[in-house]
Amino acid sequence: MSGSTDDKLRLATVWLGGCSGCHMSFLDLDEKLFGLAERVDVVFGPLTDVKVFPEDVDLTLVEGAVANEDNLELAHQLRANSRVVVSFGDCAVTGNVTSLRNRLGEPDELLQRVYGDAPDLAGQVPRSVVPALLPTVQPLHEVIPIDVYLPGCPPSAERIGRALELLLDALEAGEGLPDLTGRGPDDLRFG
Amino acid sequence: MSPREPRATVPVTIDGQEVDAVEGETILSLARRVGVPIPTLCYLDGLSVHGGCRLCSVEVDGDPRLRLACATPVWQDMDIRTSTWDLQEHRRRIIELLFAEGNHICATCVSSGACELQDLAATNRVDHIHYELSYADEGVDASHPKYVLDRDRCVKCTRCVRVCAEVEGASVWEIAERGGGSRLVAEMDVPWGEASSCTWCGKCVLVCPTGALSFKGRGVGEMRHDAEVVAFLSRARNEGEWVNRTDEEVPS
Ligand code: SF4
Ligand code: SF4
Ligand code: FES
Repeated sequence: MSGSTDDKLRLATVWLGGCSGCHMSFLDLDEKLFGLAERVDVVFGPLTDVKVFPEDVDLTLVEGAVANEDNLELAHQLRANSRVVVSFGDCAVTGNVTSLRNRLGEPDELLQRVYGDAPDLAGQVPRSVVPALLPTVQPLHEVIPIDVYLPGCPPSAERIGRALELLLDALEAGEGLPDLTGRGPDDLRFG
Repeated sequence: MSPREPRATVPVTIDGQEVDAVEGETILSLARRVGVPIPTLCYLDGLSVHGGCRLCSVEVDGDPRLRLACATPVWQDMDIRTSTWDLQEHRRRIIELLFAEGNHICATCVSSGACELQDLAATNRVDHIHYELSYADEGVDASHPKYVLDRDRCVKCTRCVRVCAEVEGASVWEIAERGGGSRLVAEMDVPWGEASSCTWCGKCVLVCPTGALSFKGRGVGEMRHDAEVVAFLSRARNEGEWVNRTDEEVPS
């Protein structure tokens, strides 16, 4: 394990179209976060105040499906700047709850139904400032190549902890990525 | 009942292990007896064999086709392989297609935590779906006073069709249409609540492997099925053994 900031691995976490539950579960690592802080620098994520996805990131956990234009742009950016991308949680892996809208029709119809036709919103449909919705919500791997999948809604802190440890071990040793699928049903489950 | 003659045995090899199989038994029955796990979905002890899901496919030496373990009787000197990499991949593709064909959002499902499809994905190492998801929208039939049918979680295993016809004798269910357009229908495609042949026995709900059939009013992760009830009933009927199940064996 390295002591100086310079040779620590650079970790990013990204919040796309999800409920933030995967990040909450990540925070449930509790005291293990101290150990993690000794091994990585968190260079981007909802827990930092960095606005632009940085370069040369070693490991990026991506929560959430690709639901709007901002999600799509950030997905491409993070892929270009990360060595290893983890599709983190069911929304990233399958679309999950975020994709429930896929069966409800075009975004315009949907916005009209939710905002335009709502009795107390005076027909206001949000169209400026907020990013435009994509025609359908997509799992992350339909948009960018993924290295590792970590399903679960959310994946438990234990599962996240075990996966991170294996991934960081491999990255520090300069080895190939570990196969997380062979670690038994507890480490690999939708829902 | 007259005592049965012990049946003849035949030598068989399963995953390199030499065992005595009972003549006429299926590969699946042999495998279960000797403790070799083979995944199944449509097969259920106590019901007729459907052979539809193909998850139980195995390789038999010298046979170019995959064989269904649930539907293929053993033969002398049969050499069976149950978990080659090809078979594992084959099973993963089937499981992924089932996810892609329906609309499986486990996080919002009554059966999450006790679902055979969810378990199959986990035990067969499915970590994502390679196929484009269809986000099917067949809708929910909640017309029955006690039960709910969500067709988007149905894997068309036909366990409900068979248990209703073969055990309850009511024949409410049928699969209509074919291929991707096939769907579970009550009687002549009426809302379940209007199916006068339904006795409200609940057996179809108990044997459903997924969240497609559930008791009304169950929330996310609250549904517990009890597919073993069919084996219990068939033992009771066919062998006259009314063996009481322990409380642990009956899901609440
Ligand atoms: S039926 Fe099973 S696989 Fe489908 S959503 Fe429910 S728990 Fe998940
Ligand atoms: S409740 Fe009983 S009778 Fe009614 S459809 Fe289900 S199995 Fe058939
Ligand atoms: S269990 Fe054999 S085909 Fe379904």
